[in-house]
Amino acid sequence: MPAPDSLGAATPASAARGAGKGAQVTLAHGSGGRATAQLIAECFHRHWHNEWLAQNEDATRLPALTPGHVPVVATDLFTVTPLFFPGGDIGTLAVNGTVNDLAVRGATPRYLTVGVLLEEGFPIATLETIAKRMAAAAAAAGVAIVAGDTKVVERGKGDGLYLAVTGVGEAPVEPVWGAAAIRPGDRLLLSGPLGEHGIAILAARQAVPLETEIVSDCAPLVSLIAAMRATGAPIHAMRDLTRGGLAAAANELARAARVGMVIDEGAIPVHPAVAGACELLGIEPWHLTNEGKLLAFCPPESVEPLLAAMRAHPLGRQAAVIGTVVADPHAFVQMRTTFGGVRLLDWLHAEPLPRIC
Amino acid sequence: MALRYLDEFRDPALAQSLARAIAAAVDPQRTYRFMEFCGGHTHAIARFGLPALLPSNLKLVHGPGCPVCVLPPGRIAQAVAIAEQPRVMLCTYGDVMRVPVRKGESLLAARARGADIRMVGSALEALKLAEANPDREVVFFAIGFETTTPPTAAAILAAEARGVKNFSVLCCHVLTPPAMRHILASGEEAAGALLDGFIGPAHVSVVIGERPYTEFAHTHRKPVVIAGFEPLDLLQALLMLVRQVNQGWAEVENQYRRAVTFAGNRKAQQMIAEVFTLRPTFEWRGLGILPDSALAICSRYQQWDAERRFPLEPPAIPDHPACQCGAILRGQKEPRDCVLFATACTPEHPLGSCMVSSEGACAAYYHFGRFHEPVAPRKKEYHASA
Amino acid sequence: MCLAVPAEVVELLGEGQARVRIGATTQVVSTALLDEVAVGEYVIVHVGFALTKLDADEAAQTLALMAEWSEEVS
Repeated sequence: MPAPDSLGAATPASAARGAGKGAQVTLAHGSGGRATAQLIAECFHRHWHNEWLAQNEDATRLPALTPGHVPVVATDLFTVTPLFFPGGDIGTLAVNGTVNDLAVRGATPRYLTVGVLLEEGFPIATLETIAKRMAAAAAAAGVAIVAGDTKVVERGKGDGLYLAVTGVGEAPVEPVWGAAAIRPGDRLLLSGPLGEHGIAILAARQAVPLETEIVSDCAPLVSLIAAMRATGAPIHAMRDLTRGGLAAAANELARAARVGMVIDEGAIPVHPAVAGACELLGIEPWHLTNEGKLLAFCPPESVEPLLAAMRAHPLGRQAAVIGTVVADPHAFVQMRTTFGGVRLLDWLHAEPLPRIC
Repeated sequence: MALRYLDEFRDPALAQSLARAIAAAVDPQRTYRFMEFCGGHTHAIARFGLPALLPSNLKLVHGPGCPVCVLPPGRIAQAVAIAEQPRVMLCTYGDVMRVPVRKGESLLAARARGADIRMVGSALEALKLAEANPDREVVFFAIGFETTTPPTAAAILAAEARGVKNFSVLCCHVLTPPAMRHILASGEEAAGALLDGFIGPAHVSVVIGERPYTEFAHTHRKPVVIAGFEPLDLLQALLMLVRQVNQGWAEVENQYRRAVTFAGNRKAQQMIAEVFTLRPTFEWRGLGILPDSALAICSRYQQWDAERRFPLEPPAIPDHPACQCGAILRGQKEPRDCVLFATACTPEHPLGSCMVSSEGACAAYYHFGRFHEPVAPRKKEYHASA
Repeated sequence: MCLAVPAEVVELLGEGQARVRIGATTQVVSTALLDEVAVGEYVIVHVGFALTKLDADEAAQTLALMAEWSEEVS
């Protein structure tokens, strides 16, 4: 028997297990027969409507791309617990996370496919709630869910619900946003304060005895990025900050682009509530997960127009220039502390565990 | 919303001017070597980039102030063995979960194999888990210096008061003064001879007070300045140490007066004395076997002693032959001096505990300062272009 | 070894517990190591326990001394 996950608070699945109330997912629902069709109709088709999903085939034919565009594709798995947390849920997270991956490559996200892995015993009502939330998130992000698959595993072999989402979008042939475009002298722009999702999840899991008002920053970045693109100012690369936070994104790109970076600690926006929680846990905010923030790299002359566009957008009010790209064969990401000291902004090996030391 | 008692002690302008005061106070004809003895200080110095503010003839030496670093791997193996006993739920602080014991072995790895190992933030959380799970044997893996010992004592006393029988503690608490003594007394060529003074630990001192450090000042003639945790505290303490050295003094001074008193926390000390007794010897990773340096649960509370409930000896597990954690913990070598540092030994594949714990000198240096290697080209550019 | 954080006592909960606040985050901690504590006082928190009270006067004096020593150089 697998060990209980000490970092997991009670999920709706485990809460309903054994309670006997309400319909639950059974193995029959995953076997491809009538039960599956019924589940799909009740939970998914009831809430996901569009002309492509309505083809109702094993594969969906999509329209041709806009001329001068190339397809862009991303895939993500979602295993978050608890399934519902302050500021979001696994479904909304799945939609926004995938959409954001596409958007930061300069693509307009268009279509999503959703794979649903259910554990036997999962409450159907909860599944429907998640499907509804995904429909709302998809509408807000301007995407359609056009294909999907459902499987059920035996009780004890899953964590309630896992989602696998693939997103397809289209981007203009030129310019290409990515590590290869980053140059020494480029500036780093951060769209807003760090750490909200990470702290919200830690508190929701009761992994740490923390009480906080912080909610996840889970959001689609599509319109913010569109506003930035509309300025016409050159953008070299972009990342949405997820697991590993700012530190992971900066270090990944530094290595890929073979450059160094110098970040100004005092310029990084951090919500005071997150700062306090970080002190209590002995964690630094730049290692925490975000779900609605982006890091952009641009030449110096783009900074002013891009910042203006970001700050005019609800998701970018606290956007800031936080650093500069420098030549460095070692690809170190350094940070200037508020005292003029210098240290590394290093990449953590794994999730930060709260420390006592 | 400002963080009171934190923000004021992180004021950058004051930091700069204290740094200037230190630069003005040091005698350019000599070097100053001060050992900081608190993993939290190691971490703070690295995290705030303090060495960049200090004059080049003032060296900070990292001492064995990180309890995860000095915990012998055999004790973690012992904890794993206990966790694998039937019905056991092992509770531990997060810091020790990833420490490597042998190839691939750690508390985290044991959990992945199915052992019920839970991360807790407090000994009382473990006690609550015992009360909530009467059919399980809950064992709390207690590590730490004197700061963390009173909470363990409180949990055992609460277990007695609440009549909780399915709770026990694997006690690996260690003491600060014996380790300091060992540093100073370990041979002529030891680090002790080269040290000019100590930065006394912040929160260990909250518990034990100033008195235990007088032997180092008066007998060994080394000044001790107890320092708070924040960058300004450390800078002020360094200034006090420099002044003592310049004047040939060796006294115990308390920079952290807002939290540390001469007598310390008497209630906490009484609870420790009530529940624990001195172990005649205890093995410290990197320092060897030290006398009267660690605690065990005394016979009155043996009912809650995991070592009696689960008589599993901690195996002797030698360090990697090239690992320099011992010398680094004693302040005789720096992470850079270890051939394994940043090559075979990294946070991803730590070979010694100095690299796993974020308070360890190697991890702190790796995470915050490894760009200071001699091979790093044109360091000046980094400052100019930002 | 001592990640310990200054926090304000905002509520006494009885049975040796208090709610403390750092910034906008709160936490319930044990007061078993203190003789007594009152709402509005500041404590140092470590592994779920209040370790000691913070002396506001000493804090102010420490800061004043820092400022004084800083001025001596400039």
